[in-house]
Amino acid sequence: MNRITISVASGKGGTGKTLVATSLALSLSDNHKVQLLDCDAEEPNANILLHLAMNQSRPVHIPIPKVDETKCTYCGKCGEVCAYNAIAVLKEKVLVFPELCHGCGACSYLCPESAITEEGREVGVVERGESGNLELIQGKLNVGEAMAPPVIREVKKYINPANIGIIDVPPGTSCPVVEAVEGSDFCLLVTEPTPFGLNDLSLAVEVVRKLGISCGVVINRVGIEDEEVERYCHQEGIPILLKIPLDRKIALLYSKGIPLVEGVPRWREEFLRLFQDIKDIIAASRVGK
Amino acid sequence: MKEIVVLSGKGGTGKTSIVASFAALAQSKVLADCDVDAADLHLLLKPNIKEEKEFWSGQVAFIDEEKCTECGLCQELCRFGAIKDFKVDPISCEGCGFCFQVCPVDAITMKDSMSGHSFISETKYGYLCHARLGIAQENSGKLVALVRQNAKLIAERENLDCIITDGPPGIGCPVISSLSGASLALLVTEPTLSGIHDLERVIGVCRHFGIPVLVCINKYDINQENTSEIERYCFNQGIEVISKIPFDNVVTEALIKRLPVVEYGGGRVSREMEKLWQVTARALS
Repeated sequence: MNRITISVASGKGGTGKTLVATSLALSLSDNHKVQLLDCDAEEPNANILLHLAMNQSRPVHIPIPKVDETKCTYCGKCGEVCAYNAIAVLKEKVLVFPELCHGCGACSYLCPESAITEEGREVGVVERGESGNLELIQGKLNVGEAMAPPVIREVKKYINPANIGIIDVPPGTSCPVVEAVEGSDFCLLVTEPTPFGLNDLSLAVEVVRKLGISCGVVINRVGIEDEEVERYCHQEGIPILLKIPLDRKIALLYSKGIPLVEGVPRWREEFLRLFQDIKDIIAASRVGK
Repeated sequence: MKEIVVLSGKGGTGKTSIVASFAALAQSKVLADCDVDAADLHLLLKPNIKEEKEFWSGQVAFIDEEKCTECGLCQELCRFGAIKDFKVDPISCEGCGFCFQVCPVDAITMKDSMSGHSFISETKYGYLCHARLGIAQENSGKLVALVRQNAKLIAERENLDCIITDGPPGIGCPVISSLSGASLALLVTEPTLSGIHDLERVIGVCRHFGIPVLVCINKYDINQENTSEIERYCFNQGIEVISKIPFDNVVTEALIKRLPVVEYGGGRVSREMEKLWQVTARALS
């Protein structure tokens, strides 16, 4: 089978995405080349568990307009075409609002005087580190910046088709999630057996279905019984691939930044089995197509 | 009128459980759920929806196949990779309209997109303003702004003292939109290394926008060492840690019963939540 990219998402924050992504990556890296792509650029946490030396760092820029006022005739075309109100033309002045600009390039292309060039504005960084078979790429949005998708796009450019890719996805259901999940072969949805977990799981399922990606569920903190999540999964025909118990010891390991499979090595087998199950599901769906 | 927004950076630290308890404890307030892409507060407050509005925001490009000559210019210029085989992928389209501007045969139109719904509801605890962003939609920041605007109008109309806002996780667009101009941010963290890391970043965002902050450590006894570390960090930053809530299964039990923990009879957790609200309310006034 060719390389596989698995995204790990959840809808709700704090359900254990990073715990699952890091333990899956570590278990697989015994025998495979693995890339972990931390696309939770607002709050990247994978390396808090992996402790890799991130020895490469590259800034992420988005192109914003730079107006040469010696050429500008204040015709107003740029302001007219900008969908984000990021550039405004006054009587004899052009104002640029960099934090509103999405970097689409319409203003510079359409300026009749060629008075607009583009310059890069840093919105975050992509960092890279590796150890043995495991490579970590993480995106980090600069504090105060609003748009994570350009950073996520840069992280995903590092995907190496020869390796297994695991994507740690940000919480939610909006554009950063779509950016992170898109293109993966399978999406693992991590949830918890509570009404919040269920509600946000059902939203996340809608996202992956809209993207046409098959999914399976990991239920974390199983203990205080709420069977609604399982009932939902059965009803929707979504396989439950792994359950992790509500256990103070597991919580303590996480709090100290120790991956589950290192604190309790027998979990390695569980994660390898999880991977095998995912591979089988992908293979079956490819045959189906 | 004051506005407090509850944030955390990291998800799942207990924002919504705390806001639901504030709903039961605070007197003169409006509640706002600004986590518009994974809203949960309504699950505990059981709202009776009084007003529902469609949220139209942004546009999506559409190519008329009959007019299109397949020249490929739009595809070449789109920086979001949203046009493939002369068709627009509405999920990738950012609505910039570049393609619409350049199409030599005017085959492209921009259509307004419906990106969600906003609600004004009544609950037994008072008004709740909330919303639901459409699946895989953009513009969550604008929808957050709308929810806050609704809450403000109600607070003014009903002469209420404060708005209590349940914020989204992260530090990006919807967080910035929930935060700007608020009176105070209550940051809920947990004693994990990720919790600390994310707290530092969300403190950075609050500083960037000049919003005063208070910190609450949830499940503080999961790792006492990390709790001390958070307290040290906050002390050095001149930030007050106003509450430490113990880890207790009663929080999850209350959640499963769909009740604010202070109404479920949460013992020591309830007492700590009551204290947390008192201190927060004092800081607001």
